Amino acid sequence: MPLAIVLALIVFGSVLFHFLSPWWFTPIASNWGYIDDTVNITFWITGAVFAAVVLFMAYCLLRFRHKPGRRAAYEPENRRLESWLAIGTGIGVAAMLAPGLVVWARYITVPADATAVEVVGQQWQWAYRLPGKDGKLGASETRAISDTNPVGIDPDDPAGRDDVVVQGGELHLPVGKPVALLLRSVDAVHDFFVPEFRAKMDMIPGSVTYYWLTPTRTGSFEVLCAELCGVGHPYMRGTVVVEPEADYQAWLAQQQTFEQMQAPATTGAIDTGATKASATE
Amino acid sequence: MSIILLFLAAIVAVVFAWLWRHGILAKPWLEVGVAGGYPVTDPSAARVAKVALGVFLAVIGSLFALTVSAYLMRASLGDWQAVRTPGILWVNTGVLALSSLALETARLAARRGDMAGVRAGVLAGGATAMLFLVGQLIAWRQLNAEGYYLASNPANAFFYLITALHGVHVLGGLAGLGRVTWRMEQGAGVARLRLGVDLCAIYWHALLLIWLVLLGLLTNWVGDFVAICRQLLT
Amino acid sequence: MVDVTHGGPTSGASTGVAPGFEIGELDLYHPKSWVTKYVFSQDAKVIAIQYGLTAMAIGLVALVLSWLMRMQLAFPGLLPFIDADHYYQFITMHGMIMVVYLLTALFLGGFGNYLIPLMLGARDMMFPYLNMLSYWIYLLAVLVLAAGFFVPGGPTGAGWTLYPPQAILGNTPGHQWGIIVMLVSLMLFIIGFTMGGLNYVVTVLQGRTRGMTLMRMPLTIWGIFTATVMALLAFPALFVGAVMMLFDRLLGTSFFMPAIVEMGEQTAYGGGSPILFQHLFWFFGHPEVYIVALPAFGIVSDLISTHARKNIFGYRMMVWAIVGIGALSFVVWAHHMYVSGMNPGFGFFFATTTLIIAIPTALKVYNWVLTLWRGDIHFTLPMLFALGFIVTFLNGGLTGLFLGNVVVDVPLSDTMFVVAHFHMVMGVAPILVIFGAIYHWYPKITGRMLDTTLGKIHFWVTFLGAYLIFFPMHYLGLLGVPRRYFEMGETAFVPPSAATLNVFITITALVVGAAQMLFLFNLAWSLRHGREAGGNPWRATTLEWQTPETPPAHGNWGAERPTVYRWAYDYSVPGAAEDFLPQNQPGPDPVVPGHAIAEGAR
Repeated sequence: MPLAIVLALIVFGSVLFHFLSPWWFTPIASNWGYIDDTVNITFWITGAVFAAVVLFMAYCLLRFRHKPGRRAAYEPENRRLESWLAIGTGIGVAAMLAPGLVVWARYITVPADATAVEVVGQQWQWAYRLPGKDGKLGASETRAISDTNPVGIDPDDPAGRDDVVVQGGELHLPVGKPVALLLRSVDAVHDFFVPEFRAKMDMIPGSVTYYWLTPTRTGSFEVLCAELCGVGHPYMRGTVVVEPEADYQAWLAQQQTFEQMQAPATTGAIDTGATKASATE
Repeated sequence: MSIILLFLAAIVAVVFAWLWRHGILAKPWLEVGVAGGYPVTDPSAARVAKVALGVFLAVIGSLFALTVSAYLMRASLGDWQAVRTPGILWVNTGVLALSSLALETARLAARRGDMAGVRAGVLAGGATAMLFLVGQLIAWRQLNAEGYYLASNPANAFFYLITALHGVHVLGGLAGLGRVTWRMEQGAGVARLRLGVDLCAIYWHALLLIWLVLLGLLTNWVGDFVAICRQLLT
Repeated sequence: MVDVTHGGPTSGASTGVAPGFEIGELDLYHPKSWVTKYVFSQDAKVIAIQYGLTAMAIGLVALVLSWLMRMQLAFPGLLPFIDADHYYQFITMHGMIMVVYLLTALFLGGFGNYLIPLMLGARDMMFPYLNMLSYWIYLLAVLVLAAGFFVPGGPTGAGWTLYPPQAILGNTPGHQWGIIVMLVSLMLFIIGFTMGGLNYVVTVLQGRTRGMTLMRMPLTIWGIFTATVMALLAFPALFVGAVMMLFDRLLGTSFFMPAIVEMGEQTAYGGGSPILFQHLFWFFGHPEVYIVALPAFGIVSDLISTHARKNIFGYRMMVWAIVGIGALSFVVWAHHMYVSGMNPGFGFFFATTTLIIAIPTALKVYNWVLTLWRGDIHFTLPMLFALGFIVTFLNGGLTGLFLGNVVVDVPLSDTMFVVAHFHMVMGVAPILVIFGAIYHWYPKITGRMLDTTLGKIHFWVTFLGAYLIFFPMHYLGLLGVPRRYFEMGETAFVPPSAATLNVFITITALVVGAAQMLFLFNLAWSLRHGREAGGNPWRATTLEWQTPETPPAHGNWGAERPTVYRWAYDYSVPGAAEDFLPQNQPGPDPVVPGHAIAEGAR
């Protein structure tokens, strides 16, 4: 009896909490509003099921609680009811899965006009590499990392000479332009996560992973690491600044290229054009 | 992970066939009384032990299927440099097959009640299995001498890991066979040895089969085969 | 594969009383001294209690660790000895202990050992010696694990997932000895479990008493049996992963270690694949969720049926769902890896399989609730916990639909939403079942009832408290608060109210944890002072309640093993005098007035 009331209270309390909660998604700043939509669909369907099942249970507890002389019904099964419940559940599941898969297909397909930006994670800071004038990122590998080459650009690849390297600073992105983030790590597994962008992907040492987004709103956003990467994990922060194109170009022009970082430029380029990107699997 | 999934699919098929035969569709509330496919007598100790061995082999199978899956996953990356297979592996394979054969003769002899046959088979089986292990150690030494060190690259590491895992299972088998041998030396009759010899023989055959698969993998037959399949598909 | 049936199907169904039979009895080891009776015992019931007490003891350690973690999250810096190193060591040990050393051991080693022989009418497990060995190796594994606290550098702080390269890199606490100790302990656990697991499976296959067909087995046995089969096949994945990581750590191989620059220094590693470990880990890790859940499903079915005095609704569907979930759970592992950087195309497959597995799981929930419909519900302690399980499991299962649906998982993965989800579904829910089961079977194990008043306080605090802890926690995850953060510090998007919520959660967690002491007190106190229970206090149908002695003696059944005449759920059979018919009671005939059987029952 008290349990029936408590169960009903749990349902009402949970629904009330859901609507009154001050803790909800941060205001979105990317094109991934679709993801919020799928989350909302899932909330509606699962919320309805939760309320229905728990309230029905509360009703049963109230209605069929033991009283002297009561005897339970003998009902081994009811195929028709079970079939309908299975079909209904199947429909609900499909209604959540289908939009999810559609959005996932978009999520993993990078648009052709996206600019590549490399993010390199290391314990416990972020480094970024943006393509220089040639619009291409040079080859890179962990073994090439040294004091003057913090992200491991292949010194023999001419495409890498004009790459812009930002270490420990902010990443600036132009608003409204799709950007493909190529993710690398040099030690543990990290994850470049900006809550306002919704998107996320782990960075695995030894391979290049990716995701893409279009920033839709200017502002300064906090970057967190979202995969345990050692004792400094919570302090692995960074900042992404989304700004209009002109400001972005101005910022870009102030950054150092790889060539400038190499104090005495070593010349004698051997043309090895291959971009190194081992498969993730 | 395709190998482990194939392995599990086989297990699932066996389980479902078994459930089907045991009336998984029955409506038990309609059957009152001593009905159905219940055991008429308790199963014999031999039957129980063989069922247990079967389940145990499924566990071992899962262990090796997973190892093979991991191997293939890593080997499919571009920079894989396979180990040169030492020639002695072929000799070892022959020795292990002989060992299996010897235990099979022991098993048949036990069935006939031929004590001398059992003794010869068990001792020969044990000796050849030990010889196999020695052969594997020689293979390791040869590889080391040629500079294929454990830690130099993943292919080497996998080679040592896989042979070691298999070797440990042969060692485990030898412990079981040792118990049978000890009982034999204590003067146990054929009847008391039959079950032990039976179990050892089954276990040995399973280990031989697993070794053949692993050998195919390490000598790259499997890799070549997979590569050909992949080319055909793409 | 070996043929595992008992001969061919017998022809014809006879309905009389079977003559007694005592053929080929299991050779029991008869203890000669106190030590062989209570310490190195080969009696499955004693081994079960040993498993249970050991699991609870190490579980208490994990509970204290969770308190310390919650203190740090709510009041950073209040306890000065909790630094980042310790925090990560605490979360790692808490997770690993709870999942493997408490839940798995308690459900399979504890309840499996106690209930399988009794519920199936067997005298003991098929291989009692191996069974004893299984426990002692488990104990060794627990001791090795606990030794992690005392080795130089302390236990590993790699997170319970132990992902390399981080797990063996220098900036992870416990990289010196802790990780080695952890891996060795896991390997020992798996070896010990395999010995026990073989026993459970073979006993179900070969040890059932006369008349105990598969479809007459209680769902508890179905759950434990299926979970054991799954565990036997899934644990090798962890074993292989652990061996390979030990090689990497100790012998310098590079199974999982690619070229790495650690704090500006090139390391000797090169060529390994970190994601390979994740595949192996989750190939074990996901079935592991169901290894814990399936026994809980089975037990809760029996609790609800017994205490609602009604047969479990849709028994066949329940069996099929258990088997189906067991099989499907092997093809969903990578849903833990949607954002791991694996081939993103896999997401389509794993999202689909994951959401398909929701259907049989949902059917089980419906059937539990439908068992209550038109029942005769007694609000006993086991029933309260079983009902609490339904609510928390439903809640946790539904949030699983968020995380299983690949794109919905993207913003939520690695946030507090995940922490809330898995605590609700495989922390709170199975623990509630364990409590329910202990309140239910304690009278059989000890001959005395647990105290009801203490039990009710325990239930209300635990159930409501756990819900209050974990339900709001989901919303922190939606906000974007990541998991495994030693401290949030100043973060622009996290409002100060989140800190208030953290304080609330921590205080509730302290209270809920303290309530467990009440439970432990009840266990000890009722051993002496509890009300005498009699043989069958719940008037239940299954065989363990029909033993000649309570607690059952070694060998369980006196001179003759029972013969089974009916399924496990003959409650409130129309026409019967009592509202339950034990499985070993012959007659009355199944011909019952047609109107009494609900439509669709045939």
